[in-house]
Amino acid sequence: MQALVIVAHGSHLNPDSAAPTYAHADTIRETGVFDVVQTGFWKEEPSLREVLRTVGTEEVYVVPLFISEGYFTEQVIPRELRLEGWDVSAWDSDGLSATTATLPAADTGQTIHYCGPVGTHPAMTDVIIQRAETVTGDPEIGPGMGLAVVGHGTERNANSAKAIEYHAQRIRDRDRFDEVQALYMDEEPEVDDVTEFFESEEVVVVPLFIADGFHTQEDIPEDMGLTDDYREGYPVPASVDGHRIYYSGAVGTEPLMAEVILERAADAGADVGTARAEVTAAAGAAARGD
Amino acid sequence: MLETPETEVVTDHLDAAALTEVAPWVQNWWYWQTECGVHAPAGRRYLRMLERAETMTVPERMEALRSGIATAWGQLTVTASANGEGRRRYTVRHTDDADASGLEPLATPEDARALATFDAQGRYRPLKSAPSLRRGWTFTEITARRLVGVIGYLYPASIPNWDREQADALDVTHWRPTAERQTGIYGIIEELDATAVEQVAATCCVDEECLKRREWEYDAETPLAVDGGTGAFPCREPCSLVVAAGRKWTTLEREATETYEIELTPAEAAQLSAVIDAVADGTAADIREADVGEGANRYRVRYLREKRFDADDQLQMRPKRGLVRRLVRRFT
Repeated sequence: MQALVIVAHGSHLNPDSAAPTYAHADTIRETGVFDVVQTGFWKEEPSLREVLRTVGTEEVYVVPLFISEGYFTEQVIPRELRLEGWDVSAWDSDGLSATTATLPAADTGQTIHYCGPVGTHPAMTDVIIQRAETVTGDPEIGPGMGLAVVGHGTERNANSAKAIEYHAQRIRDRDRFDEVQALYMDEEPEVDDVTEFFESEEVVVVPLFIADGFHTQEDIPEDMGLTDDYREGYPVPASVDGHRIYYSGAVGTEPLMAEVILERAADAGADVGTARAEVTAAAGAAARGD
Repeated sequence: MLETPETEVVTDHLDAAALTEVAPWVQNWWYWQTECGVHAPAGRRYLRMLERAETMTVPERMEALRSGIATAWGQLTVTASANGEGRRRYTVRHTDDADASGLEPLATPEDARALATFDAQGRYRPLKSAPSLRRGWTFTEITARRLVGVIGYLYPASIPNWDREQADALDVTHWRPTAERQTGIYGIIEELDATAVEQVAATCCVDEECLKRREWEYDAETPLAVDGGTGAFPCREPCSLVVAAGRKWTTLEREATETYEIELTPAEAAQLSAVIDAVADGTAADIREADVGEGANRYRVRYLREKRFDADDQLQMRPKRGLVRRLVRRFT
């Protein structure tokens, strides 16, 4: 018996925050490879404190639906899950390379395989590209286009920017897009000036965020000049300073994210059978609008 | 040989009468062994509670299950029933819809998740145990496995916490250790003293606001006087909403009090209380448009604003300070 618990931030104010977490959990549940697929949240219910007891299996794979290694993945989640003896050194990570650590949960005695966040997994690169395909409606997207990967960024934690730069570099290395840039909300280079960083007339902008909310639907569209008032929405593509901007909204809503969650669990030793292929095929069909 | 837990040997040879007599036990065994589909011990104990397995004999239960056994769980009425072969099914409705007809049929746990997300006015429900579950739906004769899933979305973790409590093993975390555990922006809630925490519990954790029964106190030695409520399932520690609101109150409580001077008629003074009550109880929207007898009536409040607000759109009042304090304030 193995269970998958997807943990995410959640929100007291915005129901969209948990929506991708639920959607990916449903996708994985459908494959039937886990006896139980559960979701737990910092701000919603079941809480991180109580989610493990809702899962009646001895073996639990916990995958954080977070973008980078940092405060939540290193402190808050292990503390709230009561992972006994947790120390960040258990991940032996350079800020991008956490895979898993196996620890007992103090209150339930379960064996917890605590995985690195989805955002730093190599498979996330494919999700960013698929997100670009989805928003442009072009499965061959790349030639003649620029791609901006946008992160929150924070001066407080270098890992936040590392994850963004990591994927930007991997996409660059594929020589698929004419230009690839990593941009940030809260640090330089800033997404506000997106058009200054691209020569390409057409630019796809993919924010590396888990859920749509205040940042991805209000701040970034207004900061980039896609709209004067977020409440009126923004066109896709939008014309800004002679560029055509395809803004995709949060990458975390892309159905292919479910595959990254499975990758994380598989890397930690979960038996995921053929689920990855099933999920990838379904996500591809969704991206093509089938 | 055929015997049951409640009789000695029924018979030592098989005949129709003997088989009929033991049938309820056989059906019961068959259901729980092969049909139930819920394997987690807490879930199975919850299902047994729903049919009063601890207090009724098997034949009594089978008889009662034919007409249905109802249990209240938050705002839910969960009715367990069984067909002639002992196969259990469960019907879940809003308690206020017990006898309603024309209800929207729901089927899956994911239906329950969607149901739990918004209240009847379409507002997001951040607290699943708030008494704001909308009405008008029914899960009719669903399996045990689905029932446990439905309850898991409508009242998350209520089954395992109830189960732990039944075994005298509920791991309560009081306010103090909860506050001490916090880091980041919530680290400051440690500043709230027992009096303020009393007010927090009275504000957030009473039955009108949350259907969980508060079992946590200020700390193990310092109980809170406010009633923890009568809920069927326990609240084992301050939830994230209480912690987040606690952070706000921590910053507000840092301000020292001042004495204010404000000019009001006695009726206007009473009106302020009426407005606070109506907002705090969530009844402001229920006051009829033309019911100007109510202090919190919109026209009454608009009139008060016209009369008593200053050019800065604030209530005309000023801190009452001694001459020295006023001078100090003016020249610093």
